[in-house]
Order: sequence, then C-alpha cells, then structure tokens
Amino acid sequence: MKQTLKPILIGTALIAAIAMGCKPSDSSQGPDTGRESGTILINGAGATFPYPLYSKWFNEYIKVDPSVRFNYQSIGSGGGQNQIIAQTVGFGASDAPMSDESLAKARGNLLHIPTVAGAVVVSYNLEKDIKLKLNGSTVADIFLGKIKKWNDQRIAELNPDVELPDEDILVVHRSDGSGTSYIFTSYLSGVSSDWKQKVGAGKSVRWPTGLGGKGNEGVAGQIKQSPGAIGYVELIYAMHNDLAFADIKNAAGNFISPSAESVTAAMSGADIPDDFRFSIINTAGENAYPISGATWLLVYENQPDPRKGRHIVQFLKWALTDGQDIAPDLDYAPLSTNLRQRVLEKIDQIKY
Amino acid sequence: MENRRTHILQAIPGTNKIPDRMFKWFTAAMAFSVGLLLFIVIWNLVRGSYPAIKEYGWRFLVTSSWDPVHEEFGALPFIYGTVVSSVLALIIAVPLSIGTSVFLTEFAPLRLRRPVISLVEMLAAVPSVIFGLWGIFVLIPFLRNYIYPWLESVLGFLPIFEGPIYGVGMLSAGIIVAIMILPIITSVSREILESVPDLQREAAYALGATRWEVIRIAVLSYAKRGLMGAAVLGLGRALGETMAVTMVIGNRPEIAASLFAPGYTLASVIANEFTEATTDIYLSVLFEIGLVLLGVTILTNIIARVFIYGMTSPSGSKST
Repeated sequence: MKQTLKPILIGTALIAAIAMGCKPSDSSQGPDTGRESGTILINGAGATFPYPLYSKWFNEYIKVDPSVRFNYQSIGSGGGQNQIIAQTVGFGASDAPMSDESLAKARGNLLHIPTVAGAVVVSYNLEKDIKLKLNGSTVADIFLGKIKKWNDQRIAELNPDVELPDEDILVVHRSDGSGTSYIFTSYLSGVSSDWKQKVGAGKSVRWPTGLGGKGNEGVAGQIKQSPGAIGYVELIYAMHNDLAFADIKNAAGNFISPSAESVTAAMSGADIPDDFRFSIINTAGENAYPISGATWLLVYENQPDPRKGRHIVQFLKWALTDGQDIAPDLDYAPLSTNLRQRVLEKIDQIKY
Repeated sequence: MENRRTHILQAIPGTNKIPDRMFKWFTAAMAFSVGLLLFIVIWNLVRGSYPAIKEYGWRFLVTSSWDPVHEEFGALPFIYGTVVSSVLALIIAVPLSIGTSVFLTEFAPLRLRRPVISLVEMLAAVPSVIFGLWGIFVLIPFLRNYIYPWLESVLGFLPIFEGPIYGVGMLSAGIIVAIMILPIITSVSREILESVPDLQREAAYALGATRWEVIRIAVLSYAKRGLMGAAVLGLGRALGETMAVTMVIGNRPEIAASLFAPGYTLASVIANEFTEATTDIYLSVLFEIGLVLLGVTILTNIIARVFIYGMTSPSGSKST
C-alpha cells in the first residue's frame, strides 16, 4: 500500500509545484488586469441578441479611445446577470430586466442601462407574396393550437384581400432559452388571458403545440422547409434571410410592419420608470410595433475599480450618443431622443 | 510480471533509476488526476442539483411536465428521448458497421481497403453542428418527402409509424446519430475481426464450410464479444450526442408512440436552456438533468455489459 501511494503523492506534489511556479508570471498578464501604462481591458458578458451591435461598437470605440479594449462574451442573459452579480466582469448584458430577487443578490446598486431595442416578427411559409395581417388574439390562438388551418375564419377576416390556402398550420418556436421568446411570450400574455393562464411569459415556456428549433437559424430553417409553418424570429434575422413576416395590429388599432422606426416609435409611447426596467410591449402610439423589446447593459453604480469605472462611463456615454447612429445600419432600433437624455443623466450618477 | 521487469532493469548495467522513478510517479499522477477529475465532476453535479433534488425528489424522474414558467419539472420525456434515439441509432448503425468491417477484412481487395477505411474515418472528423445543419437542410427534406411517406404507406398500421410527418423527430435524430457513431463502431469492429487468428478460418475451411459459414462460425462467433463491446462504445457516444440531435429532434418534451413525432433528449435540454436559466431552482434542475444523464449512461453501459456477458460466456468464445 505504502509503495503504491508514495509515487502518487510525490507526483501530485510535483505537479502542484510546477503549477505554482508558473503562477506569478501568469497573473501579471491575467485577462482582467490591464497594466497601468498600457491598454486597459474591460470584460463583459451576457445577451446574444445585441452581440453583433456590441462587437461593432467595441471596434468603433477603439478609434475614439485607443487605450481601452472591450472583451464581450455572448454567453446569454442569464449568464450575464450571474457574472455581474459575482463581479467577475466589468459589465453584464441582458435582454430582460433583472428581477428584484436577483438584484438583491448583487453587491451594490446595479443600474440598468438600455442600449437599443429590437422587434420580434411573426414569420411564415405560405405561397410567395402573401402579406398577412394579424392581431394579438389570433397569433395567441395559433400558438395555442386553437387555430389549426390557414383558411380559418379568424385569419380570413383580418385578410379579406388574400386567398388563404386550406393548409394545416405548423407552429415553430425556439427550443433554447432566449430573450426573443421572452418578448414574444410576454406579448402573448398581454393580449390573451388564455395564454397568460395556460402558458405565461418566459425565456423558456411549455409550448402547447409545435416544434422547437434551436436558435433563430433553427426556427428560420424549419419555417423555410415546411410549407404552412409559422414561427417567430428577430427582425434582423428575418430581414437578412428574406423571410415573409406579418403586420401586427397595435394598441392603437393600426397594422404596423416591424422596422427600426416602428420599434423606436414603440419606445416613445412607453411609460418608462427611473430604474429603466421597462417593457415596450404593446405600447400606445400610432406607429408603435407591438412585439418589441429593449436590451440592457448592467453596471454597478459604485465602480470597484476607478480607472475601469471611468472608461466604462465614457464608453456608455459614447454608446448613448454616437453609438446610437450605428444601430440602424445593423437593423437595431436606437432609443428615442428623450429616453437617451434620461439615460445619460443616469450614467452621470455612476461613481468611480 | 512486475518483479520480472524490475529484475531486467537491475540486470542492465549503468541504468539510472531516478529518471525511471520520476517517470513512474509522473504517469501515476496522471492516472490519479483522471479519477480526481471524474470525482470533481460528479461532486459538482450533485452539489448543483441538490436544491432540485430536495424540492422535487423522485417525482422528478417519473413526471412529464416541463414548465419553467410555473417551475414544474419532470425529466421522464428527456430520459425516454435519450434512450430511444440512442437505441434507434444502434439498430441502424450496428448492422452497417459490422457489414462494412466484414467486407473490409474478409472480401475487399487490398487496394480498396485503404480508401474505404479513410472514408469511414473521415466521417468521424465532421463536427457535430455540421451534421445538424446537413440534417436540417438535406437529410430531413429527403426523409420527409420520400422515405417517411413510403414507410407510412407500408408500415403505417404499426403505431410507431403513425401520425403527422414533420421531418424532424425521433427517427431523424436516430438516423443522424447512427451516421455519427458509424466510424467508431466500424473501426473498432474491423480491428477485432482482423485479430481473429487465420487458424480459425483455416480450420473451418478444412471442415468443408462455405465462405458464409466460415465468416459466421469461425469469425463472427469468435469475435462476438468484441463486436458487442464496439456497439457499447457507440452507444456511449450516442447517449451524449448533443448538438446534431438538438437540431433535428424537434425539441418537444412529450412521450409519443410514433417515431415520426418530435422528442427531446437530456443533453439537448441542457444545451438549449442552460445559458438563459436565471432562477436558482431552474439552474439546479438543469444540473440534475446532467446528473440523470450521467446515471443513464452508466446504467445502460452496465446493462449492455451484463447482456454481453450473459450472451457470450457459455459459448466459450473469448476474444480481445
């Protein structure tokens, strides 16, 4: 026994010694500690939905301030919230505002900084050039499995000019937890009490019917492959992939086509509290697209590292001003002007 | 054995023992670290899933509702989907793999062997996500438009080939996974068949057996145990296959009799929901799903091994 244990113990000690020997040189260039003289590195993590825009922003920002580099990992909103709570990153990102319960776990006051917004579109596969108009209760009943055929009375009433096929509807939804699903199910919960009661709103829900596709590409692929399919994807995704999508009736009674403008219009119509944990689903406003949602960066009000804190604040200010002009190029909706002003005032409160 | 080796070393003059010992310690530490790693994984899984185990108990394993909004969780549809899709994959892959390896070892001319072997091994190098995308855009439309309607018209009276055909579903997942586990089963069984001594074959020929009889009696029967071991290796891979399965199985947590119907697997639900699971209990439930997957994998391996042992021990065939 002794003979067999000894080599193991000594071997382990050897490995430990080697590992320890390596450590000092490692930590001096560790990922999170920018040296005083060189560039500073700020880590962030979170939502996947704004990732294309954020990486564009970080690239552009190098021209503004060459002394700072951002490293953003799109690990998902849940991960982003957990990382900022644990303070392993300089900022988090989330597609849904944090719950009071999660906020209570944070080490200090966490601020929600809205950056941009996006739309979720109801996309379908019917004969080409059919442009549908839908309202909330119809969409809810399709996704509840109550409306089963495309030529159902209720779809036909909304689309008198369209000849609808006698085809079965195949519902496609996201199988992975996502902010897109959260926005879509929140909308359905708002417009249909039946949906609210049976399913509810969440990043993953118990879908009453249909197939689950992984990611926007999975849902889009499934829609494209299956005649008669209906699903929901991000506007950006539908635009870049030539998917047909429906105009949705908003709270004011108008049928609105999703676009960056109609999402910004939805934000102007929203009642936004001072902590910026708001929803822009089904807001009032003549031209507001009803299935929209914002995305947030999460930062501490009292920055633990003064140098990084200053850079984060400078970046946030840039994102809320010059950064907003970049957003429409990538089909994200910029914040409305008065909201920008309020957010900038909030950023001024960050202490470092 | 050990002693003899030491004696040999001692007999060589001028052997420096210290480097040898260091090497021994070094390899021992490596072997030890593998065990430690497994222990850490299991310990973390148990610790992570503890709140869920406390909250839902055994109910978790036998209920079918999966509702993150109302925090009702049951793992049964995922366990069912994991086992069924893997078994389907084995049913498809094992005959194909063994057929391929019999051809390669017994029939194929030498100049054909190399290309076929590298073709099969190339399959193993294709990333999982590529299989998934290929499944969505190529295989599934083909299955949905040609193969499945034919299956339904011929075998539609069976409950497993009933119901609407979406394309994605349990059977599609089984087929994709079968393609993915083909290379490992084929290469292992080929090596096993090659290791069958020629004496076996010659003896059978001497008894006047035909070619088919030689392969059946002298080769396959001799290598039975090893071939089943190859299948178990494939099963292990199939159970844990995640990305490609997620993309083609339909992701509906329901237990349906029909193989055309969509299903869900343990690995898929973790991949799908882990990144956006924000509440503690939800996260813990996903940890428990991981623990269940580990349990299912270990259990099926044990069952497979017991099964192999029971099938092969009395016939006196001992290979590998």
